[in-house]
Amino acid sequence: MSNITEMNIPETKPGVDPNTMSIIVTKGSLDWAYPPFILGTTAAAMGLEVTMFFTFYGLNLLMKDLDLQISSLGNPAMKMPMMGMHMGMPNIVSAIPGVDAMASKMMKNLIKKKGVASIPELRDLAVEADVRMIACQMTLDLFEYGQDDLIEGIEIGGAATYIEVATQSHINLFI
Amino acid sequence: MADQVLDAKGLNCPLPILKAKKALKSMAGGTTLEIQSTDPGSVADFAAFCRTTGNELVEQNEEGGVWTYLIRKTG
Repeated sequence: MSNITEMNIPETKPGVDPNTMSIIVTKGSLDWAYPPFILGTTAAAMGLEVTMFFTFYGLNLLMKDLDLQISSLGNPAMKMPMMGMHMGMPNIVSAIPGVDAMASKMMKNLIKKKGVASIPELRDLAVEADVRMIACQMTLDLFEYGQDDLIEGIEIGGAATYIEVATQSHINLFI
Repeated sequence: MADQVLDAKGLNCPLPILKAKKALKSMAGGTTLEIQSTDPGSVADFAAFCRTTGNELVEQNEEGGVWTYLIRKTG
């Protein structure tokens, strides 16, 4: 029996350019908008060909009018630095109208203060870096949106479109 | 002396990298870019960026919480 060191493990998928990446973007809140846009823009800056496929709530990130929110509901890990400590929020407080809006505002202030890019800024950088962005047709239908609601330069496609991209990408992420 | 200087102080990940890439894009091959950053994560990130893109990290220094990188465009 051969051991692992003798096995011929290809470094990359045969026939696939190692400098390719795809990301499925499924979430549309302010906090979840960061990982796909940070990785997408950085990969593009490092010379990778990047495709992002936006489905379900991820579609929210392609809207012309971006007003992203966070919710502390059901999110015990969300602790904000406050008065020298880190404070979480009990669900019963999060459920009060206006609390999410306030938490979102606090997060946006924090983002600005710490020199973290805003999502509109990262999205512009993604467009500028020729990141290919595909909106899910089914989600558009389901939530009654049209291409007019989205920023310019977005392709429309479905599962097969994504799968084709995935077969040609060395790195495939689901966020 | 670097051919071009990029002040990325106060910016957090991944902005120093994205801005450096943007600057390098418009520069001629063989010229150098100096980047100033206050992001401690930029140490590992500029090393990884240069390894992946083939640009040369000529030198790096840190003084008073400001990291300075000199990159030669070879990628």
